[in-house]
Order: sequence, then structure tokens, then C-alpha cells
Amino acid sequence: MGIVLVAGRWRYEYLWKIFLRKILFFLANCFGGKEYKRMDSESERSTGRDQASGDEAGQSFGSPESRRQFLKQFTVTSAAMALGPQLISISSANAAEKTAPISAENAVDVHLKINGKDYALKLDPRTSLLDCLREHLHLTGSKKGCDHGQCGACTVHINGRRQLSCLSFAALHEGDEITTIEGIGQPEKLHPMQAAFVKCDAYQCGYCTSGQIMSAVALLKEPCGPDDAEVKEFMSGNICRCGAYPNIVAAIQRVRQGAQAG
Amino acid sequence: MKTFQLTRPNNNAQAIAAAAKSKTAQQGAEIRFIAGGTTLIDLMKLNVEAPQSLVDVNRLPVDKIEATPDGGLTIGAVVRNSDLAWHPLVRKNYAVLSEAILSGATVQIRNMATTAGNLLQRTRCMYFRDTAMPCNKREPGSGCGAINGMNRGLAILGTSEHCIATNPSDMNVAMVALEATVHVRGAQGERSIPIADFHLLPGNTPQRETVLEPGDLITHVTLPPAAPGNRSLYLKLRDRASYEFALASAAVVITAANEKIARARIALGGVGTKPWRSTEAEAELTDQPANEATFRKAADAALRGAKPQSQNAFKVELAKRCLVHALKLATQPA
Repeated sequence: MGIVLVAGRWRYEYLWKIFLRKILFFLANCFGGKEYKRMDSESERSTGRDQASGDEAGQSFGSPESRRQFLKQFTVTSAAMALGPQLISISSANAAEKTAPISAENAVDVHLKINGKDYALKLDPRTSLLDCLREHLHLTGSKKGCDHGQCGACTVHINGRRQLSCLSFAALHEGDEITTIEGIGQPEKLHPMQAAFVKCDAYQCGYCTSGQIMSAVALLKEPCGPDDAEVKEFMSGNICRCGAYPNIVAAIQRVRQGAQAG
Repeated sequence: MKTFQLTRPNNNAQAIAAAAKSKTAQQGAEIRFIAGGTTLIDLMKLNVEAPQSLVDVNRLPVDKIEATPDGGLTIGAVVRNSDLAWHPLVRKNYAVLSEAILSGATVQIRNMATTAGNLLQRTRCMYFRDTAMPCNKREPGSGCGAINGMNRGLAILGTSEHCIATNPSDMNVAMVALEATVHVRGAQGERSIPIADFHLLPGNTPQRETVLEPGDLITHVTLPPAAPGNRSLYLKLRDRASYEFALASAAVVITAANEKIARARIALGGVGTKPWRSTEAEAELTDQPANEATFRKAADAALRGAKPQSQNAFKVELAKRCLVHALKLATQPA
């Protein structure tokens, strides 16, 4: 009886919190709407982002895409305020407009090849590869979990091998070929591993998923034995706090067995 | 993280010249070599390391694994842990090294971490990693928070009243059992250091962990030819099955003949302030029958000098059982 009561009370408080959060989010959208639209078009000019997708995001505030854009803009703005003159320039082959390089202490020139595209960057040497991908190039598929090499959410492929982008400086990767989750499949044409993750329900909140998939794709070429136990050992660098492990292993085995059959 | 200057030299001489200007090559070095970065960047994020200058050694021509004419092996400084662990010659002749490396960290980290970097891996002692805590290794004279503190994972061998930090590397333990030699090129020329002499005991200067001086660049590590007919293995005991540091581990290289042990090389991990070679255990094993009584005597000898702390007395028996079990596995019929 006691347990039921406690559980009931917990649920009540939890629901109340969700309700409050919804109200706050609604209010934020009401006030943020106009401002957001203006900021977004500015960000297009500075980063050369696709016009159509920007407009689309600007009109639907409740969508995950608009939330992403809002947060991204907020992050960039606050980062600019915090960093001041340390903000770094980016130029890419397809950037609509190059922003003027702003000096940073000890800034270094770095050339990276990411998902087949060449980037010439001037970076603060402290910039981790992960921050370079997310904050400078807006490739936000790679996630920042622990930022200390313990969780695997930031896993990318460097010259074909999986590594942790949080535990390396971007400037150490001059000329390296880097592949992120954005580079292995597209929404309309998923990588077989991405499709298997969907099929096997190999995630819950999804935060670790891009890292899991990058590790899983790399695993296909690694000397990993056929058993589930081997897969678990090879995947031990990717933590899933939702505990989707059995389904992650199932997704990986599905692709491996399919690959063998085919 | 404090800012730093990054230099990317193309050859060893440039790298050595750049690093030789540092006042020290030990804790607090103003100039650091950087390779995989898996330890250094982590510690820079924690402000435990704050070099003013980093010298990128990833592009230096020290990245090969080659057989030596005498039947041994040369391992370049920036050979990645994965490449070393899966190399056919390592799998065939130095199984203990392959097993030790594969028991540590994760695939992603092993794809980044290098041979020389692993030799210089820093302790996981939480007092060392937290700048709010006292630590004689990080800040000489500030005291040791671990003694009488949270010391469950820390060392019981080679400790001093100033430091009980464990050397966390698995690779080092195997390297010690294999009697590797570390080759260093510095401002004063080249020198070769037997791995048993490479790491220092904490004593009164826990901030000094190795014999390296400013500008000293580890160029490669050599392994002597594998003893004919030897069996080697690495056994690691830890709190979970994967991606965890050792509570106790054992690297054994055994040559047995006529049910007697002809030659034994024993090293322990997770229990020492440096990768722990036990010549005492080796002496107990040599020319003795390969049975449990012998193994137990060897284990007792290896841990005779153990000084457990308030939370890690269990490690004494754990390390003994770890060594006994490793010896059983290494001597049982194939």
C-alpha cells in the first residue's frame, strides 16, 4: 500500500512538472517567435545554410527542427558573447559567403575533409574535433555526452577507423578524412545499420544513437567474433543510459548476418 | 583549458628541439608532446595539465612495427594500440601484450592511443585528477588526499608516505613481463632504457614518474625474441567485465619443461605505483614443479611487501589469486 502511494505521488509530481514545462515552452515560443525568424535569416547569411529549410524551420516552432535551430542560434550567440574576439572563421567550398577571419590567440590553420567535403578553418588550438564539428560546422549529429572519452556519444570515423572526437583537437587532424553520422546515410537512403537500428528499436531517447551507429558501422570491418558477447565487448565504449543494449546488439547482428548471407 | 601554442614538426630533430626548451618533462611540463591525446587532453580539460606548448608527434616517422634481425620486435612510438594488439607477430609471439592491450579501454580509445603515450599514461587517482584536492604528484607538498581517503583502487606495492597512486596501464604490465627496452632520443643523443628502470617509484618526488628529461622523445620500444616454447597471458580482474581499470592483473611469461618451470617472468598491474615486476615470484617458480603449491608460494612472495590502505586490503588476496590463476592457465595442457 505504501509503495503504491509513493508511486502515485511521484507520478503526480512528475506530471505537474511536465505541465509546467509545456507552459514555459509555449511562452518561450510566443516571445521568441519574431526574434527567432530574424536571427535565422542572419544565420543563413553567415553560414550559407539552405534558404528553404531555414524558412520551413522558422514557420513551425513546435517541431524538433525549429527547436534545434533555436538552440543552435542561441548557442552561437551566447558563444560569440562569451568568446568575443576568439570567434573563429570558417570557409568551406560551398559557403555562400566567407566571414572575415577574426584573430584568436595561437590560432592555427587546419584543413579537414569531412564527409567528402573540404574545409579550410582557422581554429583556436583548444577546439576539440567534436566542438569543431558541432559548433563551427553545425554537424550536430555527433553528440557531446561526457566530453572526457568515457561515453562514446561523440564517435566518428577518422581515416576509416572509429575514434572519439571529444578527446582530440581538430588541429591534430590536418588532412585526415573524417566521417560523421551525417556522412554515412541520408533520411531517404539509410545506411543498413541505421535501418537496422530503426527496425530493432535500438534506442530510446536517441542521444547515444549516432555514436552507437558509428561504432557499429566500424565494427563490421573489425576482427569481432560472431557471438553476442564479442559484440558487447566491441561496443563497450558506447554507453546507453536508457539501456537499449539488447536491441543494439540485435541490430548489429542483423546487419552482420545479412552481410554474410548476401 | 588554458591556451597553448601548437607546433607540428615534420621530423624527430625538430620535435626534440621544440620540447628541449621545457624546464621539466614531468608533471607541470610547459611543453608536451601530443600523440593520441587520450590522457593529455583529458587532463588538460581538468586543468591538471596546462602546457603552454604542444608538439604534435603524430606525423613523425616512428609509426612502424618491424621484426628485428635477432627475432625480436621494434614498435614505433606512435603505433596505435589497436595496430599493436592485432599485429600477427604480436599475436603469435607476444600474446600477453596483445591480451593486455585488448583488455584496456575501448576500441575507439585503442584506435587513438599510442605505444609511447601508453608508457606515459597517468594515474586515475581521483585526488590527482581533481585540482580542488591535495595531491603531492600534481602539486608537490600539498599532501596526499588518498592516504586515509578514497583509496579502494589505489596501490599496495611501491607506495610511499607521499603517494599511493596506481599506474593504470595494462600494456606496461605486459611490456615489463616481456622485458621490453624503451628507446629515447633527446638533446644529448640516443639511449636505451630497460622498461623496469623507465618508471620511477614515488618516494619523496611523486611528481617524477619516469626518467625522461626535457626534449626526450620516445622513438620506439623493442621486445627481445620470444623465449622458445613459452606461453604467455594476461589476466585482468576488475569491477565490471569491460572498459574498466584493473583492481589486480597479472602478466605471465612461462617456459615449462618436464612439468617443471624452466623460466618465468611475472608482472602485476593495478596494485603497484609502477608496472610491477616481481623477481621474488620468478625465483619461487624457477625450477619448481608447475602446481598450485608452487604458484601460491610465488604469489605470497610477490605480495610480501604489500602495504594495504584503509579501503584496499582486499587487493592483497585478490592479486595473489589473480597470479595463481594466471599461472594455472599458462601451464595447463594446451
